[in-house]
Amino acid sequence: MAVEVRIPTILRSYTSDQKAVTAEGTTLAAVIDDLDANHPGIKERLIEQSGLRRFVNVYVNDEDVRFIGGLEAEISDGDQVVVLPAVAGGQG
Amino acid sequence: MLTIDQATYDRIVAHAKRDHPDEACGIVAGPEGSDRAERVVEMVNAAGSPTFYEFDSTELLALYKDMWSRDEEPVVVYHSHTATEAYPSRTDIGLASEPAAHYVLVGTREHGNNEGPVEFRSFRIVDGEVTEEEVSVVPHLLPLTKE
Repeated sequence: MAVEVRIPTILRSYTSDQKAVTAEGTTLAAVIDDLDANHPGIKERLIEQSGLRRFVNVYVNDEDVRFIGGLEAEISDGDQVVVLPAVAGGQG
Repeated sequence: MLTIDQATYDRIVAHAKRDHPDEACGIVAGPEGSDRAERVVEMVNAAGSPTFYEFDSTELLALYKDMWSRDEEPVVVYHSHTATEAYPSRTDIGLASEPAAHYVLVGTREHGNNEGPVEFRSFRIVDGEVTEEEVSVVPHLLPLTKE
């Protein structure tokens, strides 16, 4: 169950500057655990206690995982996972 | 220093004025590693707010996939502040996620939707640290030199 995970620039310090890495798992949570096993620290940047961080977007085959089960989203062999930080801000 | 051509500068300012009092946001893409701000992409502020902006998550993915297919990156990430100075807020600093980008802030508090000067400032935001940089508006970007 290997999938390709696209890593944004700001997290490439965890992946030796690789733009994409492979990971395994049948749910997004498992894929992130596997990512973290090979690239320690990356999980902390993606999720917090309540789930996916508010300003991190994860897509599976172009679907925002928030609409397909969040961390429980099912992953199949060959799926494309993309991580993108939100582009957001404002005077607050 | 941010070097930006007049037409790109004008489009960003026009976008900020048009969307005032909501915050306007977008990017200027350019070839990876070139530091050339070539292609303006106006984004919808999904927050539709005078104090916050956020790219819609689906449009964000479409934007990045388009840039990847062109070997581009966001050279400029811009947004407007409509009631405060054109300086990165704590929110801006906390959420800045493109260490290679020039973060452009346009301040529209003085003239709103109307004609008149705006603040147009550029910053680097890396690891929570803000560095203002000079903005050089040029008639046209120099042609790319062939290697």
